[in-house]
Amino acid sequence: MRREGTGVPSPPVEVSVPVSAAGLAVAPTDAPTAEPSTEGLVTVRSPIVGTFYRSASPYADVYVEEGSYVKKGQVLCIVEAMKLMNEIESDIDGRVAKILMENAKPVEYGEPLFLIEPGAQPEG
Amino acid sequence: MFKKILVANRGEIAVRVIRACKELGIRSVAVHSEVDKDTLHVRLADEHLCIGPPDPALSYRNIPNILSAAEITACDAIHPGYGFLAENAHFAEVCESIGIKFIGPTSENIGTMGDKAKARDIMSRHGLPVLPGSEGEITSEQEAAEVAAKIGYPVIIKASAGGGGRGMRVVNKEDELAHAFEAARAEANAAFGNQSVYVERYFLEPRHIEVQILADERGRTIYLGERDCSVQRRYQKLIEETPSPAVDDRLRRELGRVAVEAAQAVRYRNAGTVEFLLDKERRFYFMEMNTRIQVEHPITEEVTGIDLVKEQIRIATGQPLSWKQQDVKMIGHSIECRINAECPDTFAPCAGLITRCQMPGGPGVRVDTAIEPGSEITPHYDSLIAKLIVHGLTREEALARMRRALDECVVEGIKTTIPLHRRILDDPDFQKGRFSTAFLERFSSPPPAG
Repeated sequence: MRREGTGVPSPPVEVSVPVSAAGLAVAPTDAPTAEPSTEGLVTVRSPIVGTFYRSASPYADVYVEEGSYVKKGQVLCIVEAMKLMNEIESDIDGRVAKILMENAKPVEYGEPLFLIEPGAQPEG
Repeated sequence: MFKKILVANRGEIAVRVIRACKELGIRSVAVHSEVDKDTLHVRLADEHLCIGPPDPALSYRNIPNILSAAEITACDAIHPGYGFLAENAHFAEVCESIGIKFIGPTSENIGTMGDKAKARDIMSRHGLPVLPGSEGEITSEQEAAEVAAKIGYPVIIKASAGGGGRGMRVVNKEDELAHAFEAARAEANAAFGNQSVYVERYFLEPRHIEVQILADERGRTIYLGERDCSVQRRYQKLIEETPSPAVDDRLRRELGRVAVEAAQAVRYRNAGTVEFLLDKERRFYFMEMNTRIQVEHPITEEVTGIDLVKEQIRIATGQPLSWKQQDVKMIGHSIECRINAECPDTFAPCAGLITRCQMPGGPGVRVDTAIEPGSEITPHYDSLIAKLIVHGLTREEALARMRRALDECVVEGIKTTIPLHRRILDDPDFQKGRFSTAFLERFSSPPPAG
């Protein structure tokens, strides 16, 4: 029953190797198949069930791209649940190493959304 | 008919509902907490998604996550099973308001029957037999004493929002009343967030008899016989059977008539159960109505041949009942033993890893379970791990089948109630059908303090 890394309540951000998203996803074919190298990276997981959006509206710019530098408290994405827009913030300073989810896709509780390289600073 | 149903539950009842969906050609969506990721209901459903951490308050009772899960998977209905959100009037109401059909009674039905004092009052006003007791809630010790003096001791003080034996106190004589009243109120408040209590006459060795009813959306209501659930400890049922050894055809028709009237008095919809207390003189009294599919529903299915969960789904789509009262025939005898993951003597829950698990089979044996070898029983959820159900042409055949099935049943790695069931099946009084709600006391050591 119990699987590695899922035995404890997940805070939105935890340091762990994400379990294969393919086994979890509502639409498994949309999940990333290649497991990225995650050593030293922090996984940002969805704290709720809903729909993942990379921007505040279809016309707005995306919150972050891969390679973006983020500050603690900065909004990374929105997970919409029952018409409520829930902003998901970064818990740490760092660089977005990988965006794991496509825009407008359903996400479940604990689903990995981003990999963040902690502490990375823009050069110069 | 619905296209896709979200099953807002876990364990054997989630499996039961998914099976009904499959037989009706409806897609099913399982939801699960993080610890239930690799369980049977998740594998059997067409789709599945995680809705929260192990704590049921944050997963199986998490209304926003469950509704959101229904929305993103495009479900048109939710089946709540039993427990968790099954009797949450607010949840049923929210489902109704966002256009997702709640497979069960109306939110109003749930609200009315959830308030036990109010339900009692409604039944009394409709001329149905209720236990002698207070009219609605009592708010002071003095009021309790007046009611008790009128109806005679012993009395029981019960929580209006109650269930599962919490918020209940038996009072044998007047000088115990003050303490019991305060204790029941405090316990009711702690367990249900509502300190409202009421007083009823307490019978020493009654039977717990309940009647299954089905009502369609037009209000046509039928009853499907009774279940005798007298074998219980601390108000938790352990063995159920139908028909009851204490009920003959005439009493059955009378119980059925009153159960249907009770349901119609509140314009009840879908499946429900009207619970009665049967005294030694075979007088019966309305106790409460359970507004959900019940754990012990399979024994009714076995003797009537009616699939109650599929019928719940059909009713929720607005279809009329598939049966008229005169078409309901009860054939043979059915018994259910609840296999709980707990110490058979102290009833303390027993968590752990199931190392071996072999369920019985053969003629007349049905097992509703979600466990398998390698399943981990966590302390987060109910201790019920399997329901052993047998059906025989006579009570004797059903008893022999249950003994045989219990002997075949192997669950290793955790302690279960199987040894206790074997002892009960060997008890001469049980074999003769002579038992009351006090029956199990002879099998248990004193409950742990507190």
